[in-house]
Formats: sequence, C-alpha cells, structure tokens
Amino acid sequence: MEITELTVHELIDKMQRKELTSTQITKSYIDRMKEKEPDVKAFVTTLEEQAIEQAKEIDQKKEAGEITGRYAGIPIGIKDNMCTKGIKTTCSSHMLENFVSPYDATVVDKLNKENIINLGKLNMDEFAMGSSTEYSYFKKTSNPWNLNKVPGGSSGGSAAAVAANMVPWALGSDTGGSIRLPASFCGVVGLKPTYGLVSRYGLVAFASSLDQIGPITKDVEDAAILLNLISGHDEKDTTSVNYEKKDYTAKLKEDIKGKKIGVPKEFFGDGINQEVKENLEKAIKTYQSLGAQIEEFSLDIAQYALATYYIIACAEASSNLGRFDGIRYGYRAKEFGSLKELYKKSRSEGFGAEVKRRIILGTYVLSSGYYDAYYKKAQQVRTLVMKEFDKGFEKYDVILTPTSPAVAFDIGSKSNNPLEMYLSDICTVSVNIAGLPGISIPCGVNKEGMPIGMQLIGNKFEEEKLLNMAYAFEQVTKFRENYQPQFIR
Amino acid sequence: MQVSKEELLHIANLADLEISQSDIDKYLLNLQDILNFANIVNEAPTEDLDITIGANEAQNVFRKDEIEVFEDNEALLQNAPDKELNMFKIPKVIN
Repeated sequence: MEITELTVHELIDKMQRKELTSTQITKSYIDRMKEKEPDVKAFVTTLEEQAIEQAKEIDQKKEAGEITGRYAGIPIGIKDNMCTKGIKTTCSSHMLENFVSPYDATVVDKLNKENIINLGKLNMDEFAMGSSTEYSYFKKTSNPWNLNKVPGGSSGGSAAAVAANMVPWALGSDTGGSIRLPASFCGVVGLKPTYGLVSRYGLVAFASSLDQIGPITKDVEDAAILLNLISGHDEKDTTSVNYEKKDYTAKLKEDIKGKKIGVPKEFFGDGINQEVKENLEKAIKTYQSLGAQIEEFSLDIAQYALATYYIIACAEASSNLGRFDGIRYGYRAKEFGSLKELYKKSRSEGFGAEVKRRIILGTYVLSSGYYDAYYKKAQQVRTLVMKEFDKGFEKYDVILTPTSPAVAFDIGSKSNNPLEMYLSDICTVSVNIAGLPGISIPCGVNKEGMPIGMQLIGNKFEEEKLLNMAYAFEQVTKFRENYQPQFIR
Repeated sequence: MQVSKEELLHIANLADLEISQSDIDKYLLNLQDILNFANIVNEAPTEDLDITIGANEAQNVFRKDEIEVFEDNEALLQNAPDKELNMFKIPKVIN
C-alpha cells in the first residue's frame, strides 16, 4: 500500500515502530500533490520546500530525543481562511490575495506545538460563502471522484485534497455545512464540532455565531485524533467554552447496542434524491443489525432553518466584512477621490459577486423597516430550532439524516442560481443554528460512482457519542476498502 | 416584499458597495428570489419565543485588562496598501 493511502493513525503507528520517517511521509505527499494537483486544483498555496525542511529537522530531533510527541512530523493541509504567520491567508478572495497574517490562528498554533507540518493552504469558496468552491477567486477545485463535478463547499479544497490523498488530513470550517457537505461529496469524513469547542481566534470571520473549525479526514478515528489536537478553551475567543478536555478516541470503539437513533421523516421527503434515500435506508438497516434502536420522528424545521440561516449568516457577514476597507490590509482600488470612494471602489473590486450579494442581503435584513420582519424573526426561529432539537435529544442519542439531498453536481450547473445553490445546505444548516456537533461519513455511492454522505447529529458536547456511532458504522461498511476516487475526466 | 432599484442602491451604498448599471437587474432578481424564500420564517410557529443571539447561552466574559505589547510592527504594516513611516496612509479627509 502507498504511504499516501494510509490514515493518520496508521502513519503514527508506523512512525512509532520506526518503519517510516516524517521525511518519507512528507515526500510521498508532495509527490502525490505534484501528480494530482493539476487535475484537482485543491491548493491556493503549497509549501513543498518548507515542509521537507521541517520534516528533516523533526526526524533529526526525534532521533536525538529532543522531540517525543506522537504526532510530530505528520503533515496536514489547512483551509485558507485560518491565519498562518508568514504564509498567505487569502480566503480565496481577490481582497486578501496578498495578505500575510502577522500571527497564527489558535488551531494553527496548537498544530505547530505538536510539530505537525503544514503542506499548504487549501482552496475554498470566497470567504467561505458557497457550497461548491466555484466562488473561489483563484480556481475551481474538482471532485477527485469525477473531475467534472464540484467537490462541495465551502471547504472544497480540504475535502478534495483528503479524498485525493494529497494530504493525510485537513482542517475545514463550517458555518452552514462547509465541512460536512464537501466531506459528503468527496467520500471522506467531516466533523463540525459543538459551537465553542474549538477556538475561532484567527479564523477569518464569516458569521461569528455559526462558524466552527473542524477536521476533514480519511476515517473516523483520525477525526477523533484531530479533534483532540484542536479543541480546548482559548482566552482569545470569548465564545470558546471552558469545558473539560476529553480524549475523543477513548470511547470510539464501544459497543453501540441499545443506542437510540432518531430519524426525522421530514429529512427524507420529496426533495431528497432517490438513490441518496435508498443508501440512507440501507445505513439505517446496518445500524439495526448492530443493535441500535431506530425510531422515526418529526423534526419539521428544515425549510425554516435554511431561511433563518441565510438571514442570520448574511447579517453577521455584512458586519464582519465591514473591516475590509482597503486601509490596513487587503485590496485597495487604484483610482479614487474621497475616502468614501476608496472604501466603495476597493470593496466593489475586491469582493466577488456572491460575497457582495450576501453583504447586500445582510445589510437589507438589518436595515430599519426590515429588521423585525427578517432578522428578529430569524432569531426567534433560531430558538424554535434549538427547542425542537432539545426535544429530539430527550429521546435519542443521535439524529440521522442525509448530509445533502443529492450527490456532487456538475461544475457550472448551479453557480448562476444562488437560491438553488443554497438548497444544497438544507440538511446541514440547522445544526449550526442550534450550535450542535454534526459528522458526515460516507455510506455508499450512486450508479455513477459518486459518494453519498450520511449525517449524524449529536447533542451539545456529545462528540464522543457521535464519533462512537460513526466509527461502529464505518467498521462494518468499510467504505474506503470498497471505493476509491477514480479521477474520471 | 418587493425591492425597488432605489432601495437596492441605497442598501449598497450603506454597505460601501457599488453596483454597476449592467449588474443592477441581476442583483435585484437574486435579492428578490432569496427574500421571497426567506419570507418562510414568518410562517414559523414562534409566538412567545424569545430571540437567540448565539449558539451558547449569552453571558459576559471577563478577562484582566492587561497591556500586551505586540512587537512586530513591521508585520502589522506589511499588509498596508499604502503607508508612510509607521502609519497607514489614506486620502485627505479635511479640506
């Protein structure tokens, strides 16, 4: 088996047994990246030379006993909206095309302290606004399973790079499904943690009350390991929760017999593709055979949640993106007269169409006369969504839904119809609205061989249970053994 | 709610954005589409429900107000589109 086909926990085992060095691992990934990047286009910035240097140094220090960490020398890819000191952080936007952060995001700092090696910054929809990675200013990432299809978004570069074995694992961020949707489209695992579990310090803000950083990995065990590395309270993020530090691998392999799974019937309605539905039904049967108890129930919030999501996310974005004014950093227009004109021209030329659309929508729903009808109402619906989930979790350990109503779509097929693009997120946004953890794991492929994702939703801070349920499913379905991306042209 | 062209331009101005003449119709159509969809929130059963502003229970978070010196001024200024000495440069605001 090729080195790049191994999961991170397998790489760690091999490094511990001294069968592999960090230099070997890092070189293999760089070779793979060079081979596949022209087709997949997952990276905004690659760090080949720097990564090799680091790997050599880590190997030497390990040999000398100066570094003992388990994860030292493992490479990673990072979505390009997390600040990396001295390395460009572009958010895949013309606005930040040349932005070099003077500091590291907390998650990046945590990885650095473990001597994990950054292989590069991964492509995304501009400012994480999109569901296909087509809204990147730089390039459209392709889905490794079929290069004519989108990888999903907004963490499309992260999911595609993991699926194509160009990185062993990656960090993504999820505001309305931006980790889970691309994980589902690319046949990998994506975990959006409970709001507040992972620090957002140094994550370029899109919608602050919804954004959360999380792992995109080859399997569930790797997701648990990466969550261990990035979670924890951070004084620099006041919304980060001072919660007991857990080892998310501890309960991974527990028996799931007797666990209760709620299946909300509204998430299996008319809008869901038939093959997606069939595969989810098969997944439910798998859980039954593992001894879990399945019960259908009503969770009639999907439509409300999607509308609420776009109101709240755009409102927060319109405020968060106000900082891009062409003064301290970011793009500045070449020609302007007054200061107001400098702002306006810099922003209009620096932001892409989807970002401007969302800023305008957000400004609209916050403006006098519409605040009550849209923004305030959306905040009430947010309460409703939370209450409905609370009711669900009184009865169930986890809630099971499709991750997306359909598999990955053709590049170009939705990019001119914003509303249709937004509907890709209908199964995922309610999780962000309620601040819950959600995981997407592959549960099959359709007739064309495109992966189908299953979403499990847990109660707040119950990532252990979520990962345990996902792991049990993965062990019996063995998706990675049965299916690999074919890079179809 | 029907959005007029004037309203769109007013909102864009508030957000410090310019919309070119040729893009106005497209933006109007998109905005109208999304708002029509967003109207569904008004059908949700939310009587007597409080508003939620964040995913965590809202509470004040305090820390000591201690000054930390960020020494790398150069790194802070290196992203400035225009600067002079150690200052960001902007057009003249007072005539």
